[in-house]
Amino acid sequence: MTQLQFAFPSTPVASSPITPEVVAEHGLTQDEFQRIVQILGREPNLTELGIFSVMWSEHCSYKNSRLELRKFPTTGPSVLVKAGEENAGVIDIGDGWGVAFKMESHNHPSAVEPFQGAATGVGGIIRDIFTMGARPVFLLNSLRFGPITEPVPSAWGTSTPSAAEIATNRRLFAGVVSGIAHYGNCIGLPTIGGEIYFDPSYSGNPLVNVFCAGVLRHEQIARGAATGIGNPVFYVGAETGRDGLAGAAFASRELTEESKEDRPAVQVGDPFKEKLLLEACLELLAIDGAVAGIQDMGAAGLTCSTCETASRGGTGVEIDLALVPQRERGMNAYEILLSESQERMLIIANKGREADVRRVFEKWELPYAEIGRVTDDGMMRVRHGTLGVVAEIPARQLAEEAPLYKPAAKEPAPAPRLKLADLPVLDCHESLLRLLAHPNLASRRWVYRQYDHMVRGGCVVAPGSDAAVFYVREADKFLAATSDCNATFCALQPRQGAMMAVAEAARNLVCSGAQPIAVTDNLNFGNPNKPENFWQLRECVEGLAEACRAFNTPVTGGNVSLYNESPQAAIDPTPTVGMVGIIQEEKHITRAHFRDAGDAILLIGSISGGLGGSQYLLQLHGRKEGPLPRFDLKSEIALQECVLALIRMGLVKSAHDCSEGGLAAALAECCFVGPALIGASVALGTRNLDRREDDLLFGEAPSRIIVTTTGANAAAVLALAQARELQARSLGTVGGDELVIHTDTTRHAWSVAELHAAWSGALPALMD
Amino acid sequence: MPSPAPRFGVLQFPGSNCDQDCVRSLRDDCGFEAELVWHGSWSLEGFDAIIVPGGFSYGDYLRCGAMAKHSPVMGAVQRLAYAGLPIIGICNGFQILCEAGLLPGALVRNRSLHYICEFLSLRVETTDSPFTSHCHEGQLLRLPIGHGEGCYFADEATLDELEANRQVLLRYVDPASGEPTEGSNPNGSKRHIAGICNRERNVFGLMPHPDRASHSRLGSIDGKLIFEAMAEAARSAAV
Repeated sequence: MTQLQFAFPSTPVASSPITPEVVAEHGLTQDEFQRIVQILGREPNLTELGIFSVMWSEHCSYKNSRLELRKFPTTGPSVLVKAGEENAGVIDIGDGWGVAFKMESHNHPSAVEPFQGAATGVGGIIRDIFTMGARPVFLLNSLRFGPITEPVPSAWGTSTPSAAEIATNRRLFAGVVSGIAHYGNCIGLPTIGGEIYFDPSYSGNPLVNVFCAGVLRHEQIARGAATGIGNPVFYVGAETGRDGLAGAAFASRELTEESKEDRPAVQVGDPFKEKLLLEACLELLAIDGAVAGIQDMGAAGLTCSTCETASRGGTGVEIDLALVPQRERGMNAYEILLSESQERMLIIANKGREADVRRVFEKWELPYAEIGRVTDDGMMRVRHGTLGVVAEIPARQLAEEAPLYKPAAKEPAPAPRLKLADLPVLDCHESLLRLLAHPNLASRRWVYRQYDHMVRGGCVVAPGSDAAVFYVREADKFLAATSDCNATFCALQPRQGAMMAVAEAARNLVCSGAQPIAVTDNLNFGNPNKPENFWQLRECVEGLAEACRAFNTPVTGGNVSLYNESPQAAIDPTPTVGMVGIIQEEKHITRAHFRDAGDAILLIGSISGGLGGSQYLLQLHGRKEGPLPRFDLKSEIALQECVLALIRMGLVKSAHDCSEGGLAAALAECCFVGPALIGASVALGTRNLDRREDDLLFGEAPSRIIVTTTGANAAAVLALAQARELQARSLGTVGGDELVIHTDTTRHAWSVAELHAAWSGALPALMD
Repeated sequence: MPSPAPRFGVLQFPGSNCDQDCVRSLRDDCGFEAELVWHGSWSLEGFDAIIVPGGFSYGDYLRCGAMAKHSPVMGAVQRLAYAGLPIIGICNGFQILCEAGLLPGALVRNRSLHYICEFLSLRVETTDSPFTSHCHEGQLLRLPIGHGEGCYFADEATLDELEANRQVLLRYVDPASGEPTEGSNPNGSKRHIAGICNRERNVFGLMPHPDRASHSRLGSIDGKLIFEAMAEAARSAAV
């Protein structure tokens, strides 16, 4: 008899014996297996082994990172739901409203199948938000790919990426962007911001981190707990198929050449179905007393949602797989339990309210089924029709007692240090044009034009400014959000790099007029069993934790993605920081671009730079070298407090932080990111400082903000900044159609139109 | 005595996603009454004007708008259309009205094959409609688009007829010159068409979103001109 080919090739059958090989194939160690035997008091059957393997994968259990994550500050007066407590954290934004937000990665699936990988990443994070009872309101994303242009020859030693590699990276980039657009646009959530960088360390292992925020009334917070003994358990949403089988386990391995064969581990998304599911769940949750608990089926699907809800509720859950709506015939228990089919939820209704569930899901024409009930014995008990009980595991131990590891950490050889004297000064005029046209700095319009950023009628500051600003009509609140991480900095000095990522996110929010309130993070690292990788992870976590504490922005949740390695090496450590802020009054909303001729341009913060880790060094000289520019949290916080105070006093007409490309790129951006091009003339006098021109123009020292003010207010602003013991100086004035930068020795001038053309034309020229 | 505020019905299909935006725009920004109407409803009694909103009804499966036209509410829309009430289809709503045969032509994939979301300039081609009567002829409106399949297509005879009857209400134009150019046509639409009405002039379909341009905070209030004209027409139709 011929086998039907669409069956998952390696799906084990229930009767397979549990040999050490089978245990190893499930990614479990012999010690972990012994622990399972101890918990069960017997050997697991194959289905149970599969359940443990996904629940104890890094993706679900954080077994290698959990001890580190405990270092994050997670509490604060505004924290309504803490990190790790539920599917997403919730922060108070006043007047009885809260914001739920979280970031999650879909790196491995996107490497194998960029369109569906990215699309289902978006779907997953949206479910995490509406599971909390929140109405999702906007999305961000943070993306990393290998180079899509030929780097300068010396950059990567002898291993310059091949034409084929560049073509692959472009295909991944285009595929991920259309996948995000496909899902977000269809479900009707605006994608309003994010970041994209290209670096050889991501060749073959792109990063796709997606962020979703939602709003809710405090009393609407839904819990993912199976409470109320005897309550019915409903399965709602899409039918279960064989897609995405054991995706969590797939995400917890390194990518190899053979990973392409894991394509069945990538799920297929249906944003239309998720839109129906979203509306139906919110409609049901709005009915007082109908729902006791709700949980999405994401990683590890039905398995994870049943044991986690039982564990949180301090109860047990018993389900019958024969009752689960299925897309294919002949699925066995192993497949149904481990499937990661998308757009599914588990709902624990209150007894007697079953009719409410039925009515709502019938209205939205979605499959639903009552598949079990809450029990009092603490067991996750799975029946499969006439086959009887196929798995029986103590829910709490399964969900909460995965082994925790403290992998060995070893500091790698220090990053090479730049000897400035050996570095030729490149032509500054041409360098700025080249930097602005580099994919890391160039306009992202090619990308965000494909995202519906206007649906839900709240996008006040569109993508392309320092932070996106969104008006939440329901709550009458203005939220600002950003995601940031300079992974080059993190590669060179992980601890400081991570602190700078938090600082930059906060600075971007402040530049838009917002007070930062909380953080979600996405920790993307290599294989933690390599001591150098784990050292980077630990350093970055400690850096993030210290900075979040200093900014008073608790971490409300996030995601860990390890094993990000291509055949060459691990990715640069990339602890992406997603930060949300709140803008007190509409008139405080501030944008990056220069506004009126005659306005005074001021620099608050130090003028001194440092080329270590800069894009100038990286992209034009081909050197990834430190040391990083000096950074300390105290002066950063003083700077941000000062600028926010100035904005609230109504003295600031524009504000823009200095990051990639340094002061010169920041000034150029101020000239052309607004509705009309406008020039500026500035003088960067550095007498006594002995600074090189390239360092002055392109050095990437943090803690600096370019603000403009009316000529009349300039002196007052400088005095206010200096009163806070900040360096502040007048740089020049807005006007004309050229950007003119005077240094002590030279007058540099660019036509703004030329700068704009270089910046705006780069991505379309590469991608269209 | 001021006439009572008109009541707008905003249709809600599975997969509509600008339905709530339309209601908020009409209520909060324009001060009209607006209610959502579930697609399964057989009647639209009590409404003076109908909005078929944007989104992805039925996930755009099969063809944009092809499934939605079979919903019960579309029968009621047909009846109101024949009765002369103002009906506007925005984006996916335009696609649905074309599929339902209330407007000629079809909307196909954008020339670039990409979804495009951005503000554009639209020229009002005639003020002779219940939708453009508050504009002046040749006025440039700033409205955003957000679509992947907004390339208007019809055969030459139909296009000629649309022109002859002055059924083209909006065209994509260059903001500086006010003239239609290749560069200002975002999706490859025939004759740069952004919006058309039926021969009787009471059914209007357009790809740009007036619902996303009804508050200065969103970058434009030009969308209000269309809704306000519609409301006035609805009021006089009710009298």
